[in-house]
Amino acid sequence: MEAALKRKRFNFRGSLCMPYGVFMALFVVLPLVLIIYYAFTDANGHFDLNNWKVVFQSVENWKVIGTTFLIAFSTTIICILIAYPIAYILSNKKFNKNAVLVYIFLLPMWINFVIRTNALKDLLNGITDLLFNVKLTSTHPYISIVIGMVYDYLPFAILPLYNQMLKMDKNQIEAASDLGANPFQVFIKTIIPMTIPGIISACMMTFMPTMSSYVIADKMSENSKMIIGTLIQNYFLKSTDKIAMHVGAVLSLVMLTIVGVTLLIEKLLTGKNASRKEGVW
Amino acid sequence: MVKNTVLTPEQTNKALKRKRIKSKVGKIFAMCFIYFVLLMLYAPLIYVTVYSFSSHKITGLWGEDGFVLTNYISLFNMNNIYSKEIWSATLNTVLVAITAGLFSTIIGTLGAIGIYYLRKKWLKNTLDFVTQIPVVNAEIVTAVSLCILFVFIAKIFNIERTFFTLVIGHVVLTIPYVILSVQPKLEQMDPSLYEAAMDLGATQTQSLFKVIIPDIIPGILSGFMLSVTLSLDDFVITAFTRPNDVSYSDIKFNTISTYVDAKLAKGGLPNQFRSFTAILFAVILIVMIVMNIKSSLNNKKLIKKETN
Repeated sequence: MEAALKRKRFNFRGSLCMPYGVFMALFVVLPLVLIIYYAFTDANGHFDLNNWKVVFQSVENWKVIGTTFLIAFSTTIICILIAYPIAYILSNKKFNKNAVLVYIFLLPMWINFVIRTNALKDLLNGITDLLFNVKLTSTHPYISIVIGMVYDYLPFAILPLYNQMLKMDKNQIEAASDLGANPFQVFIKTIIPMTIPGIISACMMTFMPTMSSYVIADKMSENSKMIIGTLIQNYFLKSTDKIAMHVGAVLSLVMLTIVGVTLLIEKLLTGKNASRKEGVW
Repeated sequence: MVKNTVLTPEQTNKALKRKRIKSKVGKIFAMCFIYFVLLMLYAPLIYVTVYSFSSHKITGLWGEDGFVLTNYISLFNMNNIYSKEIWSATLNTVLVAITAGLFSTIIGTLGAIGIYYLRKKWLKNTLDFVTQIPVVNAEIVTAVSLCILFVFIAKIFNIERTFFTLVIGHVVLTIPYVILSVQPKLEQMDPSLYEAAMDLGATQTQSLFKVIIPDIIPGILSGFMLSVTLSLDDFVITAFTRPNDVSYSDIKFNTISTYVDAKLAKGGLPNQFRSFTAILFAVILIVMIVMNIKSSLNNKKLIKKETN
């Protein structure tokens, strides 16, 4: 009897999450705390705001932040514009009977994105070299970065939209057109409102990674354009300056703030009811 | 819109015909769009595959000898320094992916079970929140935070970054996805089965391994697959957590993604890499086709069963 009671009190199954809890505390929570600590201290561990000055007084850094946003926004918008019709067509039984096409769209994702970016760069340069005798990556770095990002993140935009559209109530669309709405009205008044959660999560899936994927920016612009990720990487991996890591920590906090604000906007847009799990496909 | 005129059969037929033509045109247009975007997605890989048969240093040009297999032959020649680099990077990538996948599957599965049965609400919510952090956070912030942690540890305990730190980085990246794939399976589980096993005299561990785990195995497997995929595709975390200097070899520890990055920064990839990309592309295509044929065969079997 006593043993049974003890068993009841000690939650065996609940205790299984202990290694996980310890792991996450050590390698997810503690490192984030350390970023904050590094951002506010100097090389000797004393409280210091000089790192912030270094980051925000430089005009160059502001330019880089601007570039990052420009590239991230354009990539997200273009991705959605291309992915939306694709997801709609793929989710329609008339066109795509057994979802094979969806796999074909996702297949390139199994190849490492650095390899794919390199292949794309070769192709773009090959085409522009043939037609105009120039290399796109060195003459139009912005355009080629956005092309590279769209190429890499398009599947990430298609997937959440596709999942949302599978759940769409087809009867509503039929009802709308039966009641006399023209195709444009049907699209604006029924299809778009029904897929808003999908649009938002597709935006998140493309906007967030574009900000940190400095490899694509590096390769597609022949190292001529920087995004925030490039800056952080330079401070951490290429600089031997004592204070470099602390300055990099400040930039990481800036990045963290951007992530936080983006999540807040997402929360406001989706409302309380939407569950997070769906956003993560 | 509704008119009270009665349509003659002829008019109805005409209207129907028009509608059919319209939908047909729409369908052709839609398919053209789909295939165009697919072509764009595959064009770079096809381009590299085509030029993998050229011996010229620059992708996009043909050497004097034209269509040759030299790149393929030297890729499998282990005495070639470039081929050696490529294969060692490949081996590292696979090794890291599988080790990290195993670790995150084990810790993550136990974690998911634990979180599901926790009685303390606040602990449950905290752990759920922490699980979301690596998912929603920018990858580079995760990478930087780990890098700082390892530098910090190195300072205090004088331990350098090793293969193990790299694995930890990948586990952090992939573990939330294990949790997210196991959780739904736990929710679908029949809770009375565990109780029944206990009542019939099984120990806690026995009922865990004989009842809970077999029930959630599909979630565990898909979690593992997802972690391996994510790990194979990763660059940022690897760049920030990989061993800085490997004492037992004169080259830096590279996975495929860091290898490509490093080579491109130093002037260009060796020719052999084109044939490597082509082979990778072919392997993935074949795997995909086989999987599709298998699943369509299964579907046919199911349909047959249903009709019988």
